Amino acid sequence: MKKSKHEWKSNGLPALVTVGPVAVILVFLVVLPLMYVAVMSFCSIDSYYNVVYKFTLRNYAQLADPDYIHIYLQSILIALLTTVICVLVAYPFAYLIARTKSRNKNLLYMLVIIPFWTNSLIRIYGWRTFLGTNGWLNNALIKLHMISEPLDMLFNRGTTVLGMVYCLIPFMVLPLYSSFEKLDVNLLEASADLGATKLKTLKEIIIPLTADGIFSGCIMIFIPCLGYFFVSDILGGGNADVIGNLIERQFQSGNNWPLGSALSIILIIITLLLVKAYQKIGGSMESLAL
Amino acid sequence: MTRAGKAKLMTGLGRFYTVLVYIFLFLPISVIVVNSMNATTSKPYLSWKGFTLSWYAKLWSNTELLSSFGNTMIIAIVSTLVSTAIGTLAAVGLYRYRFRGKDLINGLLYIPVVIPEIVFGISLLSMFAKMSIPRGMFTLILAHISFSVPFVVFNVRACLTNYDISVEEASMDLGANRVKTFFNVTFPMLMPGITGGALLAFTLSIDDVIISYFVNGQTKTYPLKVMESIKSGVSPDVNALSTLILLGTILFVILTQTNVLKKLVRKK
Repeated sequence: MKKSKHEWKSNGLPALVTVGPVAVILVFLVVLPLMYVAVMSFCSIDSYYNVVYKFTLRNYAQLADPDYIHIYLQSILIALLTTVICVLVAYPFAYLIARTKSRNKNLLYMLVIIPFWTNSLIRIYGWRTFLGTNGWLNNALIKLHMISEPLDMLFNRGTTVLGMVYCLIPFMVLPLYSSFEKLDVNLLEASADLGATKLKTLKEIIIPLTADGIFSGCIMIFIPCLGYFFVSDILGGGNADVIGNLIERQFQSGNNWPLGSALSIILIIITLLLVKAYQKIGGSMESLAL
Repeated sequence: MTRAGKAKLMTGLGRFYTVLVYIFLFLPISVIVVNSMNATTSKPYLSWKGFTLSWYAKLWSNTELLSSFGNTMIIAIVSTLVSTAIGTLAAVGLYRYRFRGKDLINGLLYIPVVIPEIVFGISLLSMFAKMSIPRGMFTLILAHISFSVPFVVFNVRACLTNYDISVEEASMDLGANRVKTFFNVTFPMLMPGITGGALLAFTLSIDDVIISYFVNGQTKTYPLKVMESIKSGVSPDVNALSTLILLGTILFVILTQTNVLKKLVRKK
């Protein structure tokens, strides 16, 4: 271990008192439960759906079911679309509110956060009310004589992506906001003085300097998308299930916990791979949690 | 087009775009607020039957809804206090001391941050079931502590990295012991990180759907109550409560942003 100036060597009481409680939480509420899920994924169930500790690979064999594979692919497609849309929407937006000269800059920042203090389920339901066949948008379009019959907009992959973008976009806006705030104006001026076009400055200076924010945003959006079963429940109506829906079903109505565990292992593997890739391109783990 | 005209057009476009994004962010919120004043009484409460404020009165007799909100507040307050205390201590300890297993703990702290909530939820459910721990308020609080504690650690640690250690040494040289130094020197300097972490922990707790969904037993939190009501159509009193919560948070933001709160505290 590298010795830094601020560290005092201690195997004794102070380290135990300060770090002990968090270690207990991590071991008992994070590590052991996850290990138990890993064990359960190799277990069988009896005819009453109880978990029996008899080794089997059947759960993993079941993962190759074509219906499941369809949902993995759909899930990845939804997550990919959501992430791309979040980057495209949030990038100029974060730039504009982070570099505004307006006096209301703090207010603009708070206005991004305030909606997310309202329960996310009810906000997603708000979209359903807005887009439904009897919803605000259809009623408005009919009143304006732009359509005669209500449009069937809900319950597809598009609306699910919309809901995911809505839920997760702050994870892109907020890190980008702080990246843009740290951006040194002198660099942009120097680039312009040296004859670079605006596009070139964007490509060579602005994007590389804000890449950290983009990458951490992508991780914090893509991964949750695979699991947010309530968004696809409310806005996808069963037509846009994600891996989270499969897991939820096995732990609730399906009552096959070993199969649900095996499905969770897929999500864990995807998460590990993405985090490894993120670290490889130089992303800092710390910035994921700030 | 002249250069000035072009610049004007760009700021105009920028403003237009920003407004569009804000409309997107606030659109479902406006649906909630408007539907809280809908006079309709029949499920699924979607068609507009005129303006009323009666739902705001009826809300106070919906004991189930109110108690779910009470549960959410209890869980959020308790889990925030516990995770803030534990997280702050851990951040200081991890920064200050060298000991075996330190790297391991540092690594484990990232798991709750990146792991999909559903995996976290089912793993806790499985373990609570396996250990026959009855699910309810207690398991909800445990779960909320476990997913919010890393966020406190990271926020406090971010504060520690640009902090001058010699002040602490000075305190000890002047005869204060470690505990006294912690409370009188370290703690006040870490305050921004602690409040930031606590606020994040509180926000994560009150809005948590997925993890609570798996570990709640029969104790319903406010988000779980909303989830239940979605099946039959969200009734306007649920919208009314959400509107009140929104107003409460906006008031909180205004008070903290305009420093009114600080002045009030100082007067006392």
